[in-house]
Amino acid sequence: MSSTTEYEAVIGLETHVQLRTRSKMWCGCANEFGAPPNTNVCPVCLGLPGVLPVANEEALRLTVLAGLLLNCEIPARARFDRKNYFYPDMPKNYQITQYDQPSAVRGWVDFEFEGAIQRVRITRAHLEEDVGKSMHFAQTSGVDFNRAGVPLLEIVSEPDITSADMAYAYLNALKDILVFGGISDCDMEKGMVRCDVNVSVRPRGTSQLGAKIEIKNMNSFSGVRRALEYEIQRQVSVLKSGGQLVQSTRRWDDQTGVTEEMRTKEYAHDYRYFPDPDLMAFVPSEQWVNDVRKCVVELPLARKQRFMRDYKLPAGDAQVFVDDVPLGDYFELVARHTPNPKGAANWVINNMRALMVQTGKALKDIRFKPEAIGELVALVDQGKISSKSAQEVFAEMFLTGESPSAIVDRKGLVQVSDTAAVEAFCDQAIAANPGPVADFKAGKAAALNFLKGQVMKLSRGRANPALVGEILEKKLKG
Amino acid sequence: MTNERIDIQHLTHLARLSLTEDEKQVIGAQLDDILKYMDKLKELDVSNIEPTAHAVPLINVTRPDQVERSLPHQDALSNAPLQADGLFIVPRIIE
Ligand SMILES: [Zn+2]
Repeated sequence: MSSTTEYEAVIGLETHVQLRTRSKMWCGCANEFGAPPNTNVCPVCLGLPGVLPVANEEALRLTVLAGLLLNCEIPARARFDRKNYFYPDMPKNYQITQYDQPSAVRGWVDFEFEGAIQRVRITRAHLEEDVGKSMHFAQTSGVDFNRAGVPLLEIVSEPDITSADMAYAYLNALKDILVFGGISDCDMEKGMVRCDVNVSVRPRGTSQLGAKIEIKNMNSFSGVRRALEYEIQRQVSVLKSGGQLVQSTRRWDDQTGVTEEMRTKEYAHDYRYFPDPDLMAFVPSEQWVNDVRKCVVELPLARKQRFMRDYKLPAGDAQVFVDDVPLGDYFELVARHTPNPKGAANWVINNMRALMVQTGKALKDIRFKPEAIGELVALVDQGKISSKSAQEVFAEMFLTGESPSAIVDRKGLVQVSDTAAVEAFCDQAIAANPGPVADFKAGKAAALNFLKGQVMKLSRGRANPALVGEILEKKLKG
Repeated sequence: MTNERIDIQHLTHLARLSLTEDEKQVIGAQLDDILKYMDKLKELDVSNIEPTAHAVPLINVTRPDQVERSLPHQDALSNAPLQADGLFIVPRIIE
């Protein structure tokens, strides 16, 4: 039995994401990545004496919207507290944060994991401010306050996660929801998402929680997964060798792939929270919350399930329409006009999207109407044109916007299903190719495909392929 | 002076203050007086009084999400004891 099967992990995540606002949380400095150091700063976000912070309404709106997307309750009253500590990246010596009165509480995230839908409960989502960024040199450190005061949403999960892979799946689902809802761009490269992880292990089947170990400040989901894989193994090894775990804070080293204990004394914080006297409580009206509620979009998982259910699409196709929302919305316009949405999805995904990439065109440049794809699907399904001709029709309608039937008429692409006409093509092919005919009669089945190809060529692709096969075989065997 | 309610050592550390023994005596006693005063206030029956959340009866004070001019870069750094490459330079942060 492997060591991890006797034990189970209990994992909770605190995920911080920068909100997608134009300006910072308390001042009009730009919320912008990549500006030269200390150029997006002002007396408010530098914590100079005598300044007054004023809350960014959009940040409050995005926080409540995030709460609604995470199925949270929105308390009637939210308030900001000061969290007091000294650190060079924190110019005021306190961080403003929603402490005991957050903007969103008690929600959940559903996501796909190992073939089933998993639910992780959300304890709370609260609004706070980001701190500056420090760089370390040999003798000194340098601080850039461009990031200080950027609105930051902290999403705290319940300890419902049981493995490193599940943590990874949860984080990706959370990110998809936040990007979908326009809450945050969640760009990891730009440090927009950071995680703290709480993890303990216990003998499988027991309910008492083990000593909680915190791993601080990780900035990639794969880092979280690797850190958890390492840390769970480490804790199990300690317990199996008769050791004891104590509550502590560790740091993940992505280079060496291990977690190391941080000097606990430095993290033995006593934050002395108290309500920020500079800021008034936020008590949104019912009307305001309802207006925010109107911006609640369909979540990625719900959209995927709906596309699979309503249009009978395979999971892969549905996922394409989740990952590319405008394309999915376009497909829905198409799907209204056809009894064969799966056929329509093939055209949208395989042909239209490829041609759009090739030609650099966007959806708004598409020249044919959505119902034209339905028409094309019907032409194929009713046997009026071959699927090979349909490819030609699609290319043409993409180019000109002409309707599929018009193209079929103009180019004479109507499939020949008239037996006499097909027989004539077959006779012609048999007469012109005595070699392959002899091969077929000598038992070489593959020769039939060659002859079929010749018939299709003679008919300029219009002969009904099934009928061609049938007639050829009859003639050659007869 | 020992006081079971005031850990003056801990408080001076949290506030990053360096106090002499005499100062600790004086300030410790003052803080203790403040707590005694709070105890006195606790004797009042306030069960019929609405808690005051804030001295100013205002809620929902917000600003629109608009970018405004930041400080000129050199002004922002003008009070920094040390600066280099546009950064505030501080003693090395040990993690
Ligand atoms: Zn500012």
